[in-house]
Amino acid sequence: MAADGSQQAGVRRTVIRSVAALLGMFAFAFALVPLYDVFCQVTGLNGKVDTTAKAIIHEEVDQSRFITVQFITRGSAGLPWQMSVETRQMRVHPGQTAEVDFTFTNNSHQESWGRAVPSVSPSSATTHLRKVSCFCFQEQQLQGDERLTIPLVFQLAKDLPEEISTITLVYTLYPVQRIALNPLNNNNAAGDKI
Amino acid sequence: MAPKLPPQHSLQHSSSAVAGGQSQEGQSHYPHAAQPKGLMRWLLTTNHKEIGSLYLIFSLTMFFVGGIFALVVRAELFQPGLQLVEPEFFNQMTTMHGLIMVFAAVMPAFTGLANWMIPLQIGAPDMALPRLNNFSFWLLPVAFTLLLSTLFMPGGGPNFGWTFYAPLSTTYAPASTTFFILALHMAGISSILGAINIIATILNMRAPGMRMMDMPLFVWTWLITAFLLIAVMPVLAGVITMMLMDINFGTSFFDAAGGGDPVLFQHLFWFFGHPEVYIMILPAFGIVSAIIPTFARKPLFGYASMVYATGAIALLSFLVWAHHMFIVGLPLTAELFFMYSTMLIAVPTGVKVFNWVTTLFRGSISFEPPMLFALAFVVLFTIGGFSGLMLAIAPADFQYHDTYFVVAHFHYVLVPGAIFAIMAGVYYWLPKWTGHYPNERLAQCHFWCSIIGVNLTFFPMHFAGLAGMPRRIPDYALQFADFNLLSSIGAFFFGASQLLFVLVVVLCVRGGQKAPAKAWEGAVDLEWSVPSPAPLHTFETPPVFHRAQSHD
Repeated sequence: MAADGSQQAGVRRTVIRSVAALLGMFAFAFALVPLYDVFCQVTGLNGKVDTTAKAIIHEEVDQSRFITVQFITRGSAGLPWQMSVETRQMRVHPGQTAEVDFTFTNNSHQESWGRAVPSVSPSSATTHLRKVSCFCFQEQQLQGDERLTIPLVFQLAKDLPEEISTITLVYTLYPVQRIALNPLNNNNAAGDKI
Repeated sequence: MAPKLPPQHSLQHSSSAVAGGQSQEGQSHYPHAAQPKGLMRWLLTTNHKEIGSLYLIFSLTMFFVGGIFALVVRAELFQPGLQLVEPEFFNQMTTMHGLIMVFAAVMPAFTGLANWMIPLQIGAPDMALPRLNNFSFWLLPVAFTLLLSTLFMPGGGPNFGWTFYAPLSTTYAPASTTFFILALHMAGISSILGAINIIATILNMRAPGMRMMDMPLFVWTWLITAFLLIAVMPVLAGVITMMLMDINFGTSFFDAAGGGDPVLFQHLFWFFGHPEVYIMILPAFGIVSAIIPTFARKPLFGYASMVYATGAIALLSFLVWAHHMFIVGLPLTAELFFMYSTMLIAVPTGVKVFNWVTTLFRGSISFEPPMLFALAFVVLFTIGGFSGLMLAIAPADFQYHDTYFVVAHFHYVLVPGAIFAIMAGVYYWLPKWTGHYPNERLAQCHFWCSIIGVNLTFFPMHFAGLAGMPRRIPDYALQFADFNLLSSIGAFFFGASQLLFVLVVVLCVRGGQKAPAKAWEGAVDLEWSVPSPAPLHTFETPPVFHRAQSHD
């Protein structure tokens, strides 16, 4: 049964290559997570919006067409908050800066953390929606029974594709479990609440 | 053809049975220094034949465990309303049925066949890494004991479907999910180590003179399968590791609240999951490609095209994963891409079916049990392939998605596909393993019961699905009652008829008509040159491979 030397060397070489491929694929699986995010953000697929604030571009407002922007807010099972918006829909021109107020209400007596996660539909509009200021960039803290109104400031880029006439913005509230690993972090997060 | 024999061991067949199945007896006839006896012999064995038998016995056991779970599901669905089990337990049964059948029945069965047959078919004395082989096997009983034990834990076992979509398997999962993850990790490691071993064996230990294109197709399909395993099992390991971290360490890979995305889970899972589907069918192609030429008494038509078709299927399997996700809201271009790439797979698969049919054309066909199962495979797998093509049409899939039509489709490719091929392989090689032919009458009876049972169980599911019955639901609307009644009757009939299979195997191990070295008249591959039953050690001196018996 003793394999001769060259055969053993061959087996060793095959095993080393296989294990390398194996580790490579394991790393690749984890690399797919940021790649997926980058891919979605670049293409705007999946309605993923850039989570950093954009500066207002002063471009000529395209008066020739109106875009209907709809707002949908959804609560979450694990968070006793209510989220409402001052208007369900508004009509804006591409290039125009618009502002709309969202109101968060904590229905419980305890303070809690939450986050509104945005999604844009149709996804081809995602990259043309510029959020100047949004509560969705950060996690929110609400004291017991607190009510907080935060504006969303956004601008639709002028190069919005012609065929899009309606854009829907959906905000879904999620509870945020704050693990007090680092009290410093907590303070920071509380500090930069909008 | 004169058998080209390695040094003969004078092995007399003894009729003493080792409990459990087609194991190698005659250990005592073969003088061997300090060979452990009893249980330790099986725990410590590094012999590819013994490990192959262990794999096959384990797989058969798990086939019945998973089958019982399926029968719980079918019993509940026998009539509308909730009769027998709680919906929570029903969910655990559908989940465990899928997990056990995929990871503990079909995959180990193919690995077992690979262990037994690949060294014999390429003229190698054993697998390249015998001790690793032992470890790969013994991981499996540990993994699946752990998985099955979750059923008895507080909160129950996995209940989120075998695809374990997040957040069902993270945010809303039972407490036992961490054990499920560990069990799947172990099963995955076992598959990966098995795959490395198979690749190392095939690439380095072929008999002198045997080129890659001389290898039997079972060896070829397993080589490609092993590459698929190495490519995608680590992705599965990555996904379940992310789940583990989401559940226990506060990360948010799949949790939208923390910036993650549940759809990412589906992409990652199916990037593993679709090649996994081919991992479960490619070795079946290899088995059928060995059996059909044998019993048609003609060489396989289009050997080279079979090899290339297998490779093409394996490559394409990485480009089609999102056809499982047509309704998650993919952009139009992605829907089209995945629709067309999926349909493209029908081309190499069609090449294979064409080659099998052409091999049969004007053959001198006899209908022994392995051939019956192989022919049933060709017909019924093709039906499953066609329903797969229907599902590949993205707009049609919007209607079919998550209905019983999908259940009918993948059971047609897995039961009369993968499992019939495994049974065909077992009947084909049993004479080599045990030295006896399986009982012809009982095996025929098993075949006809199986084929009636399979079709009675799964064919009505097509109609139930087209009519709109959703999968994974313990209750259903009244209009589906007749289809479900038929399916349940068929399932119990099919399940019971598999006891015949156990009977045939046990009888075959204990005795029966003696088989010569070349047990089937039309068989050509190298395994038929060693005596039946195959002695514990074969090809210690490499055989001389004659191209005359090759495929081109």
